[in-house]
Amino acid sequence: MLKGKKLCTEPEWCKGCGYCAEFCPKKVLIIRQEKVVVENPDDCICCGLCEQRCPDYAIWVEEA
Amino acid sequence: MPSKLVQETMRTRRLPHIWCPGCGHGILMRDVCQAIYNVGLPKERVAIVSGIGCSSRAAGYMNYNTLHTTHGRAIAFATGIKMARPELHVIVVTGDGDAAAIGGNHLIHACRRNIDMTVVIFNNNIYGMTGGQYSPTTPTGEKGTTAPYGNIDGDFDLPKLSEAAGATYTARGDCFHVPQMIRLIENGIRHKGFSVIEGVSICPTYYGRKNKKGSAVDMMHWQEQNCIDIKKAAKMEPAELEGKVLLGEFSRVEGRPEYVEEYDKIIHIAGGDR
Repeated sequence: MLKGKKLCTEPEWCKGCGYCAEFCPKKVLIIRQEKVVVENPDDCICCGLCEQRCPDYAIWVEEA
Repeated sequence: MPSKLVQETMRTRRLPHIWCPGCGHGILMRDVCQAIYNVGLPKERVAIVSGIGCSSRAAGYMNYNTLHTTHGRAIAFATGIKMARPELHVIVVTGDGDAAAIGGNHLIHACRRNIDMTVVIFNNNIYGMTGGQYSPTTPTGEKGTTAPYGNIDGDFDLPKLSEAAGATYTARGDCFHVPQMIRLIENGIRHKGFSVIEGVSICPTYYGRKNKKGSAVDMMHWQEQNCIDIKKAAKMEPAELEGKVLLGEFSRVEGRPEYVEEYDKIIHIAGGDR
């Protein structure tokens, strides 16, 4: 993960649509039991594309 | 705790929202909040007005001065707010049915007046909340619960309709190209006059299911491949543009008289200055 930033999730808000996992350029995310799971956190480049397209605000990048 | 933007611009105690899994409205609502944040408007100077429908739930979630009004009448209520309090930035969040069918006349006449407000139309091509009836933006031939054999009506092109009616800023964005949509809303807010921004949404539950568009992810891929920026479209052949949806800023007219200012002039002429 990029230094100074971290990827956060709020599984309770996730409805499992799968946009984040589908459009993650580094395949960091998967959907397991209809919830987002950060499967490969080390590959995350904190681009924020998941945050932009999450309709439920359940995933975001913030300053570490 | 959710992201800083969500904490600052939304009523987090009301979240998660009621929209279906994969509904594009959540993305578009975040875009509106991000645009207001980017423009730097103080929250107390923003009024969000919505009508009825899935889209119009947004007013309940957004943490500004908000007004959730009757079906189709969001722009009428917003006009009242703007006339009474011209210093407010009035932003209408509405849907395709709310803005173009039930409120169709309010839309075109507000365009004609060029009153300074920003209308963001969350267009999911169907009436989602009431069970998937076809709307004025359901493409010809597509299905709804009230058009089981396909819709025979033509569909509205909302930015073109608004431009022809007199809106001085018209644009269209979608759910896939998020930075562009945010930029278009920002431009609409900054523009003095009547701005209409259509946001092409995604309705996997009704529009998608009725028309066999696949999953929410499939519908997002459809936008990725078929929603094309007008600058790119200008270099494409007409045959290539068949069935595509154009995105970008379609029109911007500066200097046309703004309604509240014109109204104040009339008040002045009539000797009614406060």
